[in-house]
Amino acid sequence: MALKVIKERCTGCGLCVQVCPYNAIKLSDENVAEILESCILCGQCIEACPMKAILMEEKHGEEATGYRGVMVFVEHEFGRINHVSFELLGKGRELADKLMVPLCAMVMGDGAKDMAKEVGAYDVDEICVVDAPHLREYQTNPYVREAENIINEYRPEIVLIGATTLGRDFAGALATRLETGLTADCTGLDIDLEKRLLLQTRPAFGGNIMATILCPYKRPQMSTVRPKVMPMPEKVTKDGAHIIEIEPISTPKDLLLSILDFIKDTAGTVNLADADIIVSGGRGIKGPENFKMLFELAQVLGGAVGASRAAVDSGWIPYAHQVGQTGRTVRPKLYIACGISGAIQHLAGMQTSDIIVAINKDPEAPIFKVANYGIVGDLFKVVPEIIRQVKERKAKSAVS
Amino acid sequence: MRIVVCIKQVPSTEAKVQMDPVKGTLIREGVESVVNPFDEYAIEEGVRLKERYGGEVIAVSMGPPQAKDALRQALAMGADKAALLSDRAFAGSDTLATAYTLSLAIKKLGEIDLVICGKQATDGDTAQVGPGLAQRLGFRQLTYVCKVREINLEGKKIVVERLLDEGVQVAETTLPALMTVVKDINQPRLPNVISIRRAARTEIPIWGPQDLNGDQAKFGFDGSPTQVVRIFTPPPRAGGQILEGEVPEVVSKLLDALSSQQVISI
Repeated sequence: MALKVIKERCTGCGLCVQVCPYNAIKLSDENVAEILESCILCGQCIEACPMKAILMEEKHGEEATGYRGVMVFVEHEFGRINHVSFELLGKGRELADKLMVPLCAMVMGDGAKDMAKEVGAYDVDEICVVDAPHLREYQTNPYVREAENIINEYRPEIVLIGATTLGRDFAGALATRLETGLTADCTGLDIDLEKRLLLQTRPAFGGNIMATILCPYKRPQMSTVRPKVMPMPEKVTKDGAHIIEIEPISTPKDLLLSILDFIKDTAGTVNLADADIIVSGGRGIKGPENFKMLFELAQVLGGAVGASRAAVDSGWIPYAHQVGQTGRTVRPKLYIACGISGAIQHLAGMQTSDIIVAINKDPEAPIFKVANYGIVGDLFKVVPEIIRQVKERKAKSAVS
Repeated sequence: MRIVVCIKQVPSTEAKVQMDPVKGTLIREGVESVVNPFDEYAIEEGVRLKERYGGEVIAVSMGPPQAKDALRQALAMGADKAALLSDRAFAGSDTLATAYTLSLAIKKLGEIDLVICGKQATDGDTAQVGPGLAQRLGFRQLTYVCKVREINLEGKKIVVERLLDEGVQVAETTLPALMTVVKDINQPRLPNVISIRRAARTEIPIWGPQDLNGDQAKFGFDGSPTQVVRIFTPPPRAGGQILEGEVPEVVSKLLDALSSQQVISI
């Protein structure tokens, strides 16, 4: 065990130095409390500190005490909240109810108070809000510093973060700063009530193996959770959540990256991570010009376009569209694989989709083993026919 | 410029991952090992940056003794030196302990300008070690890099393109930095016979906990807060159905099935 001083919080008031019976604290040159070797962990300084800047860092088995509640990190892009954060509020509520503890959310950004209202439409007890102009756009350093500050103050036993591009950049850094366990990309979360531990289940080896992981001694227990796995919760009409406004501890100087430009992907209107429907093309598409047909199908269905590695490596479509082991992992409601044989590397990126449709002229193609519906045939005939019939059905339903 | 590339040896994806039904652990013996696919891009990028700006590339890996093979591949691709972190004390490391151990090895290497990692490993798929390592080292964190536009060594600046969900972000930061790379960044070279021979002759030191200036309690199993308590094979996907008939009929059947399951709304 050891005592830890949270430097950001220490004001250098010296009260801890006065109360320490063993002269084991001094103020450093930076005017921050420093714990010396002679400390016997009596804990008097913890009581004395008006800023709660001194914590007991405990070893295995004892550390888990003193943490309570479930915290959800609310992710947004320029104020637009990612749906995965709402999904986590739903799952977080369930976990908090099992543990009989509060559910909290943390929101940081420029206009975070407005975002907190959106979050408060769901069944959540407390919302920690850090509202500051320099938090307008996500950057690792200031967001991690704010989250670390909130977690050290409120000490939740569980922290949930979306396993998104942003969330994984954030969570890996935050867990390291907190020196706690982090389980990536969970698809199942539950509570072992007897031990009051979070059971975190996730796929590994491209989905061939599932693993259940615990974080028994360190707190908080942290998970990133795959989007679109947990159901969206209902909104509630009750007396709203308790909003806690927190002063930012980061400043514009903490923005370590200068964002020079953002080049929006013009090829796809919907990004793969968000799409409910993905139409994907592989080697069987035969050339870049034929992807137009897939974009049209995606458009009539309201989906996005993916691709196999073979199509990307042939230069037919940019890498951002690649689904599979060296591309993106997706889990849409509907995945339509056109001219994709179904190599194991591709399956690793899409085999957890709800419904898979495969169109391939080779009846032996492995993709048919994972497909719910298979069509053995010429995709250059099948895909245009799907487009035609979808349009026809839409026109009919519009009339009726 | 001094560049460190962190790599991991992983089971080949082609090999079927099997479980020991009694112990409930993964069977790793007899499974072919390869360099993690994303790490090949990391090695290649390190070597290309060295060719562009001068300096040296040091490949580092943590793993069992046979992970030397992965480091030999990095050397054959153009890395100048390599070091393997291998010891019983490191066994059972999760991402927190792995990033900690790697950070100590990098500190031991002296002044470093850039650390390059693959976005994630194909066995664990966590993408956590890169960000964890950046925090441990206090380096600027640049994830999902798909292009290095420019490095200004005198000004200690780096400009990269990062592949995000909705497009590409162009970001500048100061060195030292750590970047994780995606596949789009380059096309890894195939080593030639001369470089393979040179790699075979290069000495690869093996470092254990005594070689690293760190807290023993943070290594391996003891330093890993997460514990795998159960692994299992997911239930296989429900048997599919091949739709038969002429094209218009097949398509009609498909759309009926999808709309009856409310997968599409037409």
